[in-house]
Amino acid sequence: MTAKIAYDEVEVGTELPAQSFPVTRATLVRYAGASGDFNPIHWNEKFAVEVGLPDVIAHGMFTMAEAIRVVTDWAGDPAAVVEYGVRFTKPVVVPNDDQGALIEVSAKVAAKLDDRKVRVDITAMSAGQKVLGMSRAVVELA
Amino acid sequence: MALDQSFVGRTYPPTAAYEVGREKIREFAEAIGDANPAYTDTEAAKALGHSDVIAPPTFVFAITFKAAGAVIEDPQLGLDYSRVVHGDQKFAYTRPVRAGDRLSVTSTIEAIKSLAGNDILDIRGEVHDASGEHVVTAWTKLVSRAPEGA
Repeated sequence: MTAKIAYDEVEVGTELPAQSFPVTRATLVRYAGASGDFNPIHWNEKFAVEVGLPDVIAHGMFTMAEAIRVVTDWAGDPAAVVEYGVRFTKPVVVPNDDQGALIEVSAKVAAKLDDRKVRVDITAMSAGQKVLGMSRAVVELA
Repeated sequence: MALDQSFVGRTYPPTAAYEVGREKIREFAEAIGDANPAYTDTEAAKALGHSDVIAPPTFVFAITFKAAGAVIEDPQLGLDYSRVVHGDQKFAYTRPVRAGDRLSVTSTIEAIKSLAGNDILDIRGEVHDASGEHVVTAWTKLVSRAPEGA
């Protein structure tokens, strides 16, 4: 495990570089295949609307996978993430156009813990709404 | 209808081993658009101190969620899966998942709650490798929404 960020150089409030992740219908089809989650709410508009959704929505696990990239890119080694949890508060609605949706992720160090670990709080937004709640990772730094 | 509380604490038998393939990790990393070389380049992964390419943190969900199917589809529990949404997800890692791992999952029902007609089910999946060492624990909260007008 080789995090490139040193624990001693990080303070509470340190912001991680924010990133935006686009998601289109094609992204969702691809993620469905890679993850094995073929729930039609993630690719079939007719089905999604029938079960009461505004449109096709992204897999929650896709959003969770994108959000942690802000942390793994910062830490250098993805294995530096020793804990990661989220609450799926709002769906990321993905319209059937060339634009799709955008997941905007920011994160900051919320606490310094023992054993060179820090707690990072993550904010993930789409279309002006917070799509993940209680999104936190514990990261072991160098 | 509220789920039977007596299922709390029930543990299901470990799943048959899932072998983590390096091309499956690559496919997953490409699907999330993550070009981190630790996922696809053995030398880059070794430079970070790993014995082989590792999987992105959420990759293991595909394995633990499939294992949770034993709970979800347990006819005695009687969960209405057509009304289920994923509420929370958490992972605690002892080490990253890597190519070549043969992973087995043991699922346990941690809690059953009923809130405003919704059934809330907490499932813990303990993931071990072929040598029996712990790799990751996954906590999955599923919410089965109350039928309209219920």
